[in-house]
Order: sequence, then structure tokens, then C-alpha cells
Amino acid sequence: MTDITSSSAAILAGLISSKKASSVEITTAFLDRLEKLNPKTNSYLYFNRENSLAQAKRADQQLAEGKTVSPLHGVPIAVKDNLTTTDAPTTAGSKILEGWVPQYDATVVRKLREASMPILGKTNLDEFAMGSSTEFSAYGPSKNPWDLSRIPGGSGGGSSSAIAGHLAPLAIGSDTGGSIRFPAAMTGSVGAKPTYGAVSRYGLIALASSLDQIGPVTNNVMDAAMLQDVIGGHDPHDSTSLPNGLGSMVQSVKEADVKGLKVGVVKQLSSDGFQPGVKACFDDTIEKLAAAGAEIVEVDCPSFEYAVAAYYLILPAEASSNLAKFDSVRFGLRVTPDGNPTIENVMAATREQGFGPEVKRRIILGTYALSSGYYDAYYGSAQKVRTLIQQDLAKAFTQADVLLTPTAPTTAFKIGEKVNDPLAMYLNDIATIPANLAGIPGISVPNGLASEDGLPSGVQILAPAMQDGQMYRVASIVEKLYMDQWGASLIARVPDLEAL
Amino acid sequence: MAKEQLMSYEDAIERFEVVIGLEVHVELNTVSKMFCGCANNFGSEPNTNVCPTCLGLPGSLPAVNRKAVESSIAIGLALDCQIASNGRFARKNYFYPDLAKNFQTSQFDEPIAFEGEISIELETGEVFMVPIERAHMEEDAGKLTHVGGATGRIQGAEYSLVDYNRAGVPLVEIVTKPIYGALDKAPELAATYVRAIRDIVKSMNVSDAKMERGNVRCDANVSLREKGAEKLGTRTETKNVNSLKSIENTVRYEIQRQAFILAAGGKIVQETRHWHEDRGHTSAGRPKSDADDYRYFPEPDLVPVQPSEEWIEEIRLTLTEKPSVRRKRLQNDWGFADLEFRDVLNSDLLDEIEATVAAGASPQSARKWWTGELARLANVQEVAVQDLPITPEQVASIQKLIDSGELTDRIARDVVAGVLAGEGEPAEVIESRGLKIVTDEGALIAAIDKALASQPDVMEKIRDGKLQAAGAVIGAVMQEMRGQADAARVRELILERAK
Ligand SMILES: [Zn+2]
Repeated sequence: MTDITSSSAAILAGLISSKKASSVEITTAFLDRLEKLNPKTNSYLYFNRENSLAQAKRADQQLAEGKTVSPLHGVPIAVKDNLTTTDAPTTAGSKILEGWVPQYDATVVRKLREASMPILGKTNLDEFAMGSSTEFSAYGPSKNPWDLSRIPGGSGGGSSSAIAGHLAPLAIGSDTGGSIRFPAAMTGSVGAKPTYGAVSRYGLIALASSLDQIGPVTNNVMDAAMLQDVIGGHDPHDSTSLPNGLGSMVQSVKEADVKGLKVGVVKQLSSDGFQPGVKACFDDTIEKLAAAGAEIVEVDCPSFEYAVAAYYLILPAEASSNLAKFDSVRFGLRVTPDGNPTIENVMAATREQGFGPEVKRRIILGTYALSSGYYDAYYGSAQKVRTLIQQDLAKAFTQADVLLTPTAPTTAFKIGEKVNDPLAMYLNDIATIPANLAGIPGISVPNGLASEDGLPSGVQILAPAMQDGQMYRVASIVEKLYMDQWGASLIARVPDLEAL
Repeated sequence: MAKEQLMSYEDAIERFEVVIGLEVHVELNTVSKMFCGCANNFGSEPNTNVCPTCLGLPGSLPAVNRKAVESSIAIGLALDCQIASNGRFARKNYFYPDLAKNFQTSQFDEPIAFEGEISIELETGEVFMVPIERAHMEEDAGKLTHVGGATGRIQGAEYSLVDYNRAGVPLVEIVTKPIYGALDKAPELAATYVRAIRDIVKSMNVSDAKMERGNVRCDANVSLREKGAEKLGTRTETKNVNSLKSIENTVRYEIQRQAFILAAGGKIVQETRHWHEDRGHTSAGRPKSDADDYRYFPEPDLVPVQPSEEWIEEIRLTLTEKPSVRRKRLQNDWGFADLEFRDVLNSDLLDEIEATVAAGASPQSARKWWTGELARLANVQEVAVQDLPITPEQVASIQKLIDSGELTDRIARDVVAGVLAGEGEPAEVIESRGLKIVTDEGALIAAIDKALASQPDVMEKIRDGKLQAAGAVIGAVMQEMRGQADAARVRELILERAK
């Protein structure tokens, strides 16, 4: 069964439920591969064969007893290391949490367990999800399976490289400004950020509470829809989670039909600042949709111009407060300085040593933005921009069912290329940030290889809040147009990692 | 610490106008904490009522306790506040090891209740309207114990222990607007106000309201300004004053201390201070300034609390009568003199007397029992009079027997003693102790004749007009009857015999 690790989750689920393969066999195949290849990609920060196989065995036992508990029963999955797990250390990519084993499972992790999906391990990320390359992980960057000298995107580069490298059939990511969608675009995988509140954040180590959202990273749109159906839903532990479910995403994918579809192209995100090859892929997507019968309209979102600036005030402000709890008192790293180890000095030394440079940069930014006297000018203004962006989008969605943009301005850049240029790094998320500021769903679907470097490009599909089904429906349409052309998914063209 | 110099209270009041402001923290008695399901329990083993949320573990999130919101709205309504249709939580950011997340989830510019007032009646009968600025919801911090070092304070301690059982316990903070014009009554007004708040939250049963346990705590702000001055003086805030007496003393002390400094041309340092009841003074704590920057911002992990009109009205209907209104009504109904009524209030016996009256006793007799004999017995037994094992109904039934002449006051006290000793209901005690009054006149006359026989000169004296001589005979008769006779009737009979 050599093709297990290159199969979609939907196919694996079919093999398991029809008893053609067991969860243990499938989980073993992925463990074998990741144990061999993780040293090359650094996708996983932690994995434990015994533990994963024990979970697979339980899944198989249930099947033997005639119990199928979910459509993804027995299919293994990788989880980003900013979600708490009681059976694996959770570091959020930071030294300050090295070795910390949480006392509780995140709600999403609990749901995966209840769906009998064995967890393969915890994937790498920029420290506390601050970054778009994984270069800010305290445990070294992950590598892009398309070219190991390049970044796999971030912050969820561990999950995206695991999917593209076939080190996992499914992965969980978190998206604050693009941390699911940007890495998906960099690696030719599919990454979806659901509507804010569609998936519980309980157990997600918060970066910016009002922007964070958990979602799927997968091989294809159907897999993502299946995974969102497993992890979504109201959670009393998260008061910002939506009170009602959003229906079945799988059903929406099945109903995909281009007839009558109105596609909006955002004026501000379709011309300047994009790598020519990326722009060409995007234009090709729009042409394909038009040819298939979709109506294309241009929409104007003038406030998008201020999105990145607003985002880099709101995010650091919330993060500076969320990260205050890392003080050595109750968990994690404790550094006791020489001389006068008062609590204040211990807290300061721990945070000095435990946090990396990007985290410190954002804590300082956020603390400043919230300071009295500056609050109105910075945090207050940023919240106003947020409202304007929501208004722009509300208007745009009266003209179009969904909006399309390139997911990222470029293809995957070289490791080290932007690490000392924060502003260049921040601009990677220019197209993905508006969705987080507005709380709407967005998904990145691969739409080809850029002509100049042969690296994957992604197209982003945005839908109105709570219309995640619409987003999946159109994503599936786009995906099918390319599958018809390519005959296989883009990821199938990832180079043979074993040979690299 | 060098002892601070004070101006005499009279001189201070003569020269300065006092402005006070009071912040009262009320710990709610909800079953669970403000933002998690942990038990809200006093006195558990340290760190047993904790979970990821109240420990501030990474990834944890708060969820608002509906009952705590309900209690907060009830407190707001009792203080005649408006209730916010959109009450937002905010984060108050500061580092302290008893604060698990290093921010306190509180409310800032959108409190659940605002713009209220409460009338406070001083001992003289003077009534003050205290304006309420706001009542907002927040969570309590954990408790630090400093080990080693001489003072038990953080300075000089070897290490400190943290108990997070209290972390996340729901609090309502009630903040007054500046209170002007109390003059020399400012200390009394402060204490009476806190007592009124305590009585309200107790009568509504939203807090255990035990000040000694910190269920109700007060921060007292005091500032002085020269009489006639427009501008407010610099204030100090004395934190966590935990008894009514201490509140009064704190305010009085701060008035005298600040007056001395100002009169000598000095400046008041804006700071938090601590009250030391044992030493009778406040001491300087942390300097504070209006620039103290807590970096408040709306709590992104919680959606705003938006109580519906219907819910607010539902809560309004459950409100009990305001303690001040109730007191006024009862004093009127009972016709007690001010002094009598104050006595009742000071001994906290309103509930008992009300129940005794409801069970059929006259107000005066109920008052006499509870503030008299029962208070005396409680004192002897060193228990609170409310905790004596006798019910208002039992007291009323004993009083009815006195009113109908079946018991004398003295016998009635024996009946009470029997009830307190656990001998059962008053009727059972009367039966088993044989305490029924003797109304058989034949038996009384026989006893009188017997007593007169041993004191032959008594009849002479009575006939000579020395009526008090009858006393000796009455005593002998009562002894003969083992006290179970009506002394007044015995006296009448003696006087008749002497005719
Ligand atoms: Zn708790």
C-alpha cells in the first residue's frame, strides 16, 4: 500500500470504513514517513509512535465493534503546537513553554479524539504564531517540501509542510492574519479559516483573541470541509463561539455549481504588489471561472489600504495582554537571576530569556498602543479601520457572492530572506488580514505554479460571515476547474522528499 | 515608622471641608466563580477550587456566570442605578503573582450599573443622599501568604505562597461619586454607608456579607480643601478597611493627618494607604497617580453582557424591601422611641423581633425579651443572641401566657430557661417543671394566713397605713407557692384581709 501517504483523507476514511485498511496500518504508514523525513522538513516538534498507535488501535477496536463515530474515523491528523494536548508537550514554538504538558485538551483536540482520529504529533510554528515563515520558531524553521531552502509559510508552516510533504493527511492550523491560508498558498495545499466563532478557541494559546480562528489544512477542499464539520460548533467554554452550527460543509461541496455565481475581484488586491507569476495564476483563475459561466465583477474596498496598519496595532495590543500570563509563577520556564531574585526580577528574567525577538517586538508595540494618552490614536483608530473594512466588505458582498484575491503577494521566499525586515514580512499577509479583521471565512486553494520560479500559488476565496458553506462551494468549483486541467492535485507534483 | 502628626479633629473640621469617596467591594455568594465552573467556597484547602481558566493556563478562556450578572443587576437596582443595555468587560493589565493572567477581567467605561443613589440616615436622624457613580462586575485575585521575615509582608519574606481558590470569585465594586457636605459627620457617614451596603446585599442574599471574612471591603478616599475653595484637594485612598469601626477611624485619622500637613504648608502625596486598627493609624503604601496605567481595553474573549428589559424587570420583581425603608416602616408600626429602636438595630435584632410580633406578641414585649432577658442569657453563654436555641414563635407563645395571666414574668423566665436547656416546647417545659401559675384563691388565702401567723405585727402596720409592710408577707407567700403565684393578686388579698 505505497500510496497511503499520498491519498486524500476522504479516500483513507473510505479505506478504513470499508475495512480495506486499518487505522493502525494507515497511522503506521504516516509515522514511518514522518520519522524518516521530519529531520528534513522540521514539520513536527513532537511525535510519539506508541501514543499515536494506541489511538489508532482504539479506533480500529470501535470499528470491529461496529461503531463508526465520525466520517473521518481512524484517519490520523497533525495538530499545530499552539493547541493544548494532555498527552503531548505544548510549546507554541516558544522556549518559555518548553516541556510544558497541559492539564487539559483544547476543545478541538477533544473533538478529534471523540471523532476517533489519532493524533500524529504537534507541528511547528512561529513563536506564539507571530510570523509568516516559521523562522521565528524557537525550534528552528520548517522547510518547504517544494524546495527545502524555502519557507513553507507561517505561522503554520509545520502543518503546511506536513501536508505538502505527505507527513500527515490532515492538519489543524490557526489563523490570526493568514497563518493557515498563507502557508497553504506557499505549499500548494488547501487551508481554510472559518468564520470567527465557528470553531472553539478553547485551548488555543491565544495570540490575538479577536482575530484567532482554528481551521483545517489539507490536500483538497473536500478534506477541509470534512474536517471543519468535525471541529466546528458551539462550545460553552468559548463565549465568542457562534451559538448555532453552520450546517454541513461537506454538503455544500457536494452541491457545488457555478451556475449564477457572482465572483467579485477586489480592486485593491488584484494589481499592484504581486509577483507577476502569482498575478498570472490569479488572472487564469478568473478567466477559468468566467469561461465556466460565473459572472465577474470588480468591487472596491478602499479601507483595505489600512488593513495591515490596523492589524499591527490590534494584534500586538491583544497579544501584549494575552502573553502577560507567561510569568514563571504557575507553569513553564523559570529563570532565577543572580543577586536579588524577587518575584519581579524572576518574572523579568524569565520573559527576557524565554521570549524571542519577534514576540518582544510585538509586546512592546502593543503595550505602547494601549498606553493611556496613545490608546485613542492607535488602538482606537485601528478599531475604527476595522469597522470600515467590515463596511467595505458588507457592500462588496451585495455585489458578489464571494470575493477572490491572490492569497499571497509572492511565492515561497528563501529562508533568511526577510527575517531581518519586519515590514517586508508583515506585508506577506496583505490579502489575508482583512478576513480576520472582519471575522469572515476565507480559504486558499492552489491555482498553479508561478512561471518564474515554478513554486505554488494560491487563490483566496472570501465569503460573508457564517457563509462558510458558500466559501467551500466556490473553492470546490475552482479546485475542479484545475483538476480537470491537471488530472491530479498540485501536491502530487511535490518532489520526492526521500530523494532530496 | 515615625508617628505622623495630627491636627485636632475639631480644628481640622473648623478649617477644612472634607470630601470623601467610597469604593465597596462585595463578594457575591454564587455557587461558582465569575468566569469558570469552580466552586466559590471560603475555607477550602489551598488550590483545590481551581481549573485552567482561573489558573490562567495558556489557552483557557472565560465564560460569564449568569447568576453573577443577575446578582450585579440586583445590586444596581437596589441602589437605584440604571442598568446598561450593553455592559462590556475590560482587561485591567498589571503584573502581580496573585493575578493568574496578569490582568484582571473587570469593567471600565461600560459598567453594568451606573448613576444611582442611596439615602443614609445618621444617628442624629440627619439624612444624606450618597450619589452612586457605578457598580461594576469583576473577578477577585488569589491570596498571597508571605513566609519568613518579621512582618508577614512581602518585604523581607523568604518566599510567598499563592492560593488561587479566591481567584475568579465574583465581585461587585460599588463606587460613590465624591461626597460633599458631611462636615464633621464624614467618618460616621462613611461607616453608616458601608453598613447600609452590607445590609442591602445581605437582605438580598447575594453575598454572605461577612466583613470579617472580607466579603465586604472598603477603600476610603479622603481629601480636604480650604473652606470655600473650588478645587478638590489631593486625595489618599486607604485600601481594604474591613470593619465599620475601622472605616470611621480611618476617615477621621486621614482628616486629622492631612489637615496637619496642609496647615503647615505641606502637600498631600497621592498614594494608597493601609489602616492599622491595632495602632490606630494609616501608613503610606504605594504612591499612586492618575497616570497609573492599567492599559484598559475591551476584553476580546467575552461578548458584551446585554441584559434584556424583561430580564431586568424580572430581577426588579425579586428585590426585597430596602433595609432603610423597612426600618422606617417597622419603627412606625411598632411605635418605638428612637432610643429603643436604635438599641434594636445595634443588636441586629430586627428580624427576630419582627418574627416575634408576627407570631402574636406585642412589639414592646418582643423588644423586651430580645434586648433584655435573651440578650442577657446570650451574654452569659457567650453566644450571639440570634444563635440561642429559641424561636421567635416560642418567645411569642410564652408572652401570650403572661398576657393571659397564666405565667408571671418570673415563671416565664424559668420556661425560657427550660426551652434553652432543650426541654422542648414551652408547654412541655411548663408541664414537666410544674410551672403553672396558682390561681386557686383558697390555696392563696391559706398561704397568706400561714404567713400572717408567723408575722403577727404586719397586720397592725398595714392598718396604720404602712402598706409596704405587706412585702414581707408577699415574699413568704410566693416562697410557699414556689413562685407560681401572681404577686399582685397576693398583695390584693393581703390588703383585703387587713380591712
Ligand atoms: Zn476555575
